[in-house]
Amino acid sequence: MALNASTISDNELFFGHKACAGCGGSLAVRAALKVLGPHAIAALPAGCMSAVGFNFPQLSFANNAMITPFAATAAVLTGIEAGLRAQGKKPDDCTVVGFAGDGGTADIGLQALSGAIDRNDDVLYICYDNEAYMNTGIQKSSLTPFGAKTTTTPAGQHAHGCLTNKKNLFQIVAAHDITYAATASVGYLPDFVRKVERARDIHGTRFIHVMAPCPTGWGCAVDETVDIARDIVDTGLWYLAEFEGSAISGVCGGKFTLNRNPQTFASVEAYLKRQGRFRALDECEIAEIEAARDAAWEVMRASWC
Amino acid sequence: MKQFLSGDEAFAEGVRLARPQVISAYPITPQTVVVERLSEMVESGQLNAEYVHVESEHSALSCAIGASATGARTFTATSSQGLLYMAECLTYAAGGRFPIVMMNANRATALPWNIYGDQRDSLALLDHGWIQAYAKNNQEALDMALMAYALAEDARVMTPVMVNLDGFALTHTYETVDVPEQAQADAFLPPYEPAANSFNFEHPVNIGYSAGPEYNKYFKYWEHRDMLAAPTVIEEIETHFAQIFGRRYTGMLETAHTDDAEVVLVTLGSIAGLAESVLEQLREEGIRAGLVRIRYMRPFPKDELAHVLMRTKAIGVLEKDISFGGEGTVFTNVNSALLQAGISVPTCNFIGGLGGDDISVDDLCDIYRALVRMANQQSAGEHVRFIGIDNVGGHE
Repeated sequence: MALNASTISDNELFFGHKACAGCGGSLAVRAALKVLGPHAIAALPAGCMSAVGFNFPQLSFANNAMITPFAATAAVLTGIEAGLRAQGKKPDDCTVVGFAGDGGTADIGLQALSGAIDRNDDVLYICYDNEAYMNTGIQKSSLTPFGAKTTTTPAGQHAHGCLTNKKNLFQIVAAHDITYAATASVGYLPDFVRKVERARDIHGTRFIHVMAPCPTGWGCAVDETVDIARDIVDTGLWYLAEFEGSAISGVCGGKFTLNRNPQTFASVEAYLKRQGRFRALDECEIAEIEAARDAAWEVMRASWC
Repeated sequence: MKQFLSGDEAFAEGVRLARPQVISAYPITPQTVVVERLSEMVESGQLNAEYVHVESEHSALSCAIGASATGARTFTATSSQGLLYMAECLTYAAGGRFPIVMMNANRATALPWNIYGDQRDSLALLDHGWIQAYAKNNQEALDMALMAYALAEDARVMTPVMVNLDGFALTHTYETVDVPEQAQADAFLPPYEPAANSFNFEHPVNIGYSAGPEYNKYFKYWEHRDMLAAPTVIEEIETHFAQIFGRRYTGMLETAHTDDAEVVLVTLGSIAGLAESVLEQLREEGIRAGLVRIRYMRPFPKDELAHVLMRTKAIGVLEKDISFGGEGTVFTNVNSALLQAGISVPTCNFIGGLGGDDISVDDLCDIYRALVRMANQQSAGEHVRFIGIDNVGGHE
């Protein structure tokens, strides 16, 4: 049954945690666990969601869950899945799921993620992307976009924030010919829920990269999270897509699908200006960001369905 | 059944007999043969386990942690830089109280790059919460594989165990080893009964959480207290082991001629075999020499050491290890035990075998003669001596 706002479970599995007001990451975890259900086993590395969720004795997961070494989300998922299988005690409705941030996934955790995909372990890996190391106080990761001010990419006389572009994690993952991968945003929650549901019902390695704004680090109001998470998609600075590996698409090398292909984009400038982290950007830099977006979309529109 | 096996092969046989359910494997010399043999056992159906080809040592131990959290019996193995690479995971495994068993092939640490045996790797990680055992020969290596699971999974202990085999001296050296029957092993080691820190679908748990200053100290104290339960449990396990297999081990220490010894050498690992072989010759020369082999470095057998060293006149510690700018780590631990027991005799640290360097019979005799001079002069002289660099004890 396709889940939607009226059919999704009322049963909460992630609550009582200490996330900041307006936290996009906790919204992603909460929604995903509603889809996966109480038999999901979650593994979370050092990062925002483990820091806010696992404070003994105030433990915030109503399902089985554990903390992992920072670099090891995917390897721990592998172990959990192998352990259950070896003992023949994995319920049919048990998804082994990881929730790791952008740094924990695209930086320190990338090797372990690559290993799990290579083995096609039967696990779901969800990267909640708030575009910096937020738990340690807003430092640049490889998923921090060009121009974003963080505490290690300060905006000053010589630089206006992050000087590098966001790493293309989705395509790195897809290049493994992973069974299933998707991008999403908490601003388009029904799309995210649909993808988690789809991933739940597929065996093999699944990966979802969900954009999850962080008002604390992005410099916006706490009630703007969902709106900004929509805006980033509407501006074309983020995209909603799926990759079906050759195992499920039958297409050699796999198949990309663009789930949302706006005819016109919302204003990049307006998106940037509503966030404190982009405040130092000048017109030229905003034009650069738009040009990079257009180049990326040209490729996606030409080669993805 | 008697077989002619290397230390790695013997250990793999021990692991097979323990029936681990998940094995995470990443190769590194001189551990590699263990994971090769285990993969063959899984392929042939001799061993029914999930064999996971992880992409690093960090993931090897992390995978074992995840598997152990489901209540599965798990195994991994490493060496040297690989052990150091997974170092942060050692504290996760120990603090999470996951009863993982890991073999470490003792090997030098870089730089200079060196694949041969010394004990820098494991001794550098003594403080990471694992029980550390050191085998003397291949039979003991196999037997320790079985006993390590019994120890790690004991409810009073619930602590991961690292079994150390000297690189090449044990891992690649062939000896005749008695490989027990599976039925014997099963009688000795029942299946692991998952403890409270494993997932439960009826009553879900959060495990491996964070704990602030108010609670952290209790977790750390319990970790320490429960490791201190190990000597009692080891004695029980070895008694049970002897009943089933007919081989009796000696607990935290193994001693030779310590009852009337005036000079005693304390060491660990395979070099103890050679050291034991020189005792007779030395006694013919009139030197009342004894030997203590430390079988477990953690928990540290300080009471047991004090007991056997009580009447000694000079004590040497021979180890393949140096804590740069300090002294050998085993030496530090032994001296602390002696001080706490009120034993005040000259002690001296002999550092040898680094990067696989040979320690000869002559070296060992020279060490004992140096200990005799120390006993007579009631002074240690140079406290830290490198074998083969300063002609230790020989021609001063």
